[in-house]
Order: sequence, then structure tokens, then C-alpha cells
Amino acid sequence: MSQQITIERRKAVKHLLRNRDDMLVVCGLGSSTYDVYAAGDHHANFYLWGAMGGAVMIGLGLALAEPDRQVMVITGDGEALMGVGGLATVAAQKPNNLSIAVLDNGHFGETGMQKSHTSLGVDLAKIAAGCGFVGCQTIYDYDGIDAFIHKPNDPSGPRLAVVKITTENPSRALPNVDGVYIKTRLRQWLGHQPC
Amino acid sequence: MASPTPHIWEDDIYNSFKKAGVSQIPYVPDAGHAHLIRRVHANPDMHPIVLTTEEEGVASSCGAWLGGKKSVLLMQSSGVGNCVNMLSLVTNCNFPFLTIVSMRGEFGEFNSWQVPMARATRTSFEMMGVEVMRCNSPGEVGPTVDAALYATFASEQKIAILLSQRLIGRKEW
Repeated sequence: MSQQITIERRKAVKHLLRNRDDMLVVCGLGSSTYDVYAAGDHHANFYLWGAMGGAVMIGLGLALAEPDRQVMVITGDGEALMGVGGLATVAAQKPNNLSIAVLDNGHFGETGMQKSHTSLGVDLAKIAAGCGFVGCQTIYDYDGIDAFIHKPNDPSGPRLAVVKITTENPSRALPNVDGVYIKTRLRQWLGHQPC
Repeated sequence: MASPTPHIWEDDIYNSFKKAGVSQIPYVPDAGHAHLIRRVHANPDMHPIVLTTEEEGVASSCGAWLGGKKSVLLMQSSGVGNCVNMLSLVTNCNFPFLTIVSMRGEFGEFNSWQVPMARATRTSFEMMGVEVMRCNSPGEVGPTVDAALYATFASEQKIAILLSQRLIGRKEW
């Protein structure tokens, strides 16, 4: 029997990011970027407006570069599926400071709500578990999100949660679209000089 | 199959990486890079990252730079087309980007399947705003990699170095 889906995406992301401290956040293009911005703009956010399929791998490069900080990738099922091979690449590296939260509504929300693979039987948590992620889980309530974020630095490797969300489509919340600004802002916040 | 014979210029590339402080080396393997990849794996200060497809390395290199680290992507020419859309991340955010590409399909190639992408390699990079440099002889490799590393990370340039198949040697079948 399938479980009922009641989690709202904006509220889910607020739960993921509360008590974030200085956690670095990479978000996939489309609704995930709007949700992260709606939860509160932050210099440590790297918003994507394109580069579909790249969020997890940007997160990996950043996590390896900043091993003493927590990095979270917040992305959608469509974006995660486009870069699904990246889950294998991340698992092979075993960064214990990287968490991936997939907001899974089973649809391509930005393009007309066509069903995605996760509506058609594909289970991203099982894919990640098969790759070697630890503690892979599918979350159906806010308590599950709170439990996920309160286990940083699992010594055994990267973590992934699929957060099942409803198909509601809240109005867009648009962060700055200037990629150079977003990049430089994050680098400066980390203390790196612009070229 | 035995490992390919190391080329002396692969050591030149490795030494340039070390001197410049390159710390992340994502790669899809190629025989032309085999010795370099082995050396990277032997250095605890370098993170070799084996990829499932080349565009992953474009994205991870950008993530590395967000965290203040230098990354160079290794691949063969057949993988260049896979990178095209992800290069919009590099261009749009003005990330530094350096890749070293071993060429197949251009000099005495037996496998005709390698030829179309070899012919499209330069165009694929240039149409996405990546400058192409090319090495045809062993003595060119070290200085070219040194110059490209400096330009890439001192002023956020985007460069692909193509190692010609004549330099690497024909694959024997």
C-alpha cells in the first residue's frame, strides 16, 4: 500500500534549512531553487537556473573542497534523474559532509507537470542505496525531515533522502539570476578572493 | 591487457598539477592518460574522481572552485560532446575551467566510430566559449599545461588542451 503524501515543498525546505548555521547549499534549477530562496536568501546558497543534472556533482566538488563544512544539495526528482550517474560518482568518493535531499513530486513541475520516472516505478532511494549511500530513506512527514538534518557528519559516508512532496505548485520566488554574482558572493563568504 | 607504456610528458602534466596545487582530478579514463591517473591516485593530496560521464566533471570542477580549490578534468575526445550543455554553467558563471583531452579518431584510427566526435571536438569547445590549445609533440606538453593552468586559475579562463593522437600514439588492434 502506498503512503499518503502530505508534505508541502516550501515547508519541507524550511525544515531542511532551519538550524543550517554555515551549511553550504546547492539547489537544482526550477522549483528547488525557488524553495531555497523562499526559505531565506543566504550568501552560502548556490542557486542554479540551468545546468540540469549538475547539482549533485557541484555539491561533490564543493564538499571535497570544504571537508570541514556541511554541504547539502536540494534538488528535484527530474534534476536528480538527469544526473543519476552522479550518485554513483558521489558514493565512490564517500564524502561524509555531503547530504542530498530530493524533493520528489513525481513530476516535471516547470514544464507542464508531466510524470517523471519516480511516478512510473523508479525509486531514487533504492538507486542511491545500491550505489553505496548510507541511511537512504524515503520521507513522508516533517518529523522525518527533522531527523534527517540532525545527523550531520555520519562517518560512514554521504546521505540521501527522498522527500515525497505533493504536486502543489506555489508561486515562484526568484533569486538573483546573475551566475557570476552568485558564484562570487559564495566564494567571498568563504574567504576566497575574486580573481 | 597490459597497461599502456607511460609517456614522459604525462609526468610533465603531473608535475605541473603539483606545482599549481591542483587538488581535484575528475576523469573518464583513457589509455592516453593512464600513467597520469596512476600518479594522481598515488598522491594523497590529490582527489582523483572517477566519473560515469564527462559532464559530471564539468560540474564538480565548478563546485571545487566555489570552495577555493583547483580542478582539471581528464577525458578523451569521444566524451567532449557529453559536456556541451554543462559548459553553460562554466560560461554563465564565469568559472575557471581546464580540461586535458586525449585525441582519438584523427591519426591512423582503426575504429571509425571515434572519428565523428574527433572531428567535432574543437568546434564543440569553441561554440561553448572554451579556448582550444593543441599539443603535437612531447616538448610542447609541459609548457602548454603550465601556461593554461596559470591563465585558467589566475583569471578564470576556460581552456581545453588537446593531446593529438600522433603524440599519444596509434592504438594497436
